[in-house]
Amino acid sequence: MHHGGETVKFWSCVRAIAWKDILSELRTREIISSVLVFAVLVLVIFNFAFDLNPDLIAQIAPGILWVAFAFSGVLALNRTFIPEKEDNCLEGLMACPVAREAIYVGKAIGSLFFMLLIEAIILPVFALLFNIAVLQPELIAVTLLATIGFVAVGTIFSALAVNTRAREMVLPILFLPVVSPIIIAAVKASSISLAGQSWGDMTIWLAIIIAFDIIYLTVPVLVFPFVVEE
Amino acid sequence: MNNVTAPPPPSPAVETVGLSKSFGNFKALRGLDLKIPAGSSLAVFGPNGAGKTTFIKILASIMRPTSGKVLIEGFELKDDAEGIRAKLGLVAHQSYLYGNLSAWENLDFYARMYGVQDRARRIAEVLDLVSMTGRRYDRLSTFSRGMQQRMALARALLHRPSILLLDEPETGLDQQALGAMWDIIRREEAGKRTIIFTSHSFERALSVCDDIIIIERGRLAFRERACNMNLESLKKKYGECTTAVKP
Repeated sequence: MHHGGETVKFWSCVRAIAWKDILSELRTREIISSVLVFAVLVLVIFNFAFDLNPDLIAQIAPGILWVAFAFSGVLALNRTFIPEKEDNCLEGLMACPVAREAIYVGKAIGSLFFMLLIEAIILPVFALLFNIAVLQPELIAVTLLATIGFVAVGTIFSALAVNTRAREMVLPILFLPVVSPIIIAAVKASSISLAGQSWGDMTIWLAIIIAFDIIYLTVPVLVFPFVVEE
Repeated sequence: MNNVTAPPPPSPAVETVGLSKSFGNFKALRGLDLKIPAGSSLAVFGPNGAGKTTFIKILASIMRPTSGKVLIEGFELKDDAEGIRAKLGLVAHQSYLYGNLSAWENLDFYARMYGVQDRARRIAEVLDLVSMTGRRYDRLSTFSRGMQQRMALARALLHRPSILLLDEPETGLDQQALGAMWDIIRREEAGKRTIIFTSHSFERALSVCDDIIIIERGRLAFRERACNMNLESLKKKYGECTTAVKP
């Protein structure tokens, strides 16, 4: 538990870790550039693959959007702990007088920033290619909530996978089955949103996303110390 | 009659009791008992795989022991690992610094993690100490191995630790860089800081350390004051310990 000064110290370290990751990424653009190329390619291929009419678009567009988000996310999350492995910086972080949980939360917030940035760029491309209005509060809320759970659980699997040789394969194999409830709920909720239906119609799916967000934000915080300590 | 009682003897800076660590069936440390007085310097020798790095990692609380306990300045490590880590500085084979960030940004990051007061002044101080002020805005990835190790030392000294743990810090350094590194270590807080370092350099240990231990297969095989030894006797003892001790 973190109280008073401890809480301030905890969040100060979280902010330092997240800012360090963002600064490093802004300098190299390793994650953003590669992931964006991939995501736009996915959207373009799907756009040309189907003979799109308005009815078909309404049915398949949410799926296409979340395929682009999910696989871009896997690519981005694969990189989350790589900077910490280079020069063994994770050990340096573990030697700091800070709770292990702060390392996890800091890394997750950094990844969330990248994911939201990528999504903010993908959405207008998606709107352009599929002729769909995406600036809807419902769709933005679904995207934000689903991305929080996606990143929360993805960060812990990224920490697990980084110590394996075939980490590019290990992460999606471990991670995608676990995160699938959020992706399925997000596709369903996005579909309702893009069809122009109200908040009330998507309540059940939003509730599922929020429930999994709570689980995925709690369990990784508890297990992270055991994942990083030998 | 004077009622003033003598103060209790100070706790050792580091004390390990029955310290053991296993990785599956492999026992890296087997019941290590050590007391290291505050302000002293201890050189830890042993062949590769003897358990030196495991010992340092457990002291730094990067790794948990399988059994036994570690006391730092009288406090058990597992009771307040976060608080105790603030007393420790660690330099290892790798710098623990980020190649994409500048020297200043790296130290600023670690200063925030250690809660260093008056960050800018302290960062400027340690950069000056390791003679890296002129390169403070350059990225770490552009530094030579010697420069990176000096930066690692700056990082480890940033929060003025009372105990400095050095795990083979000499790896990859030339003689000039080695001399500079030890000069920095001895210059800052000379005599007040406890230093524990693993090494393969007998000459260095004899010139900078108060005590010498040899670990073999996770056991304490030998301990002696450095002033009671010379290069020949240390080499001889090392040879005896590393061939005589069996699992």
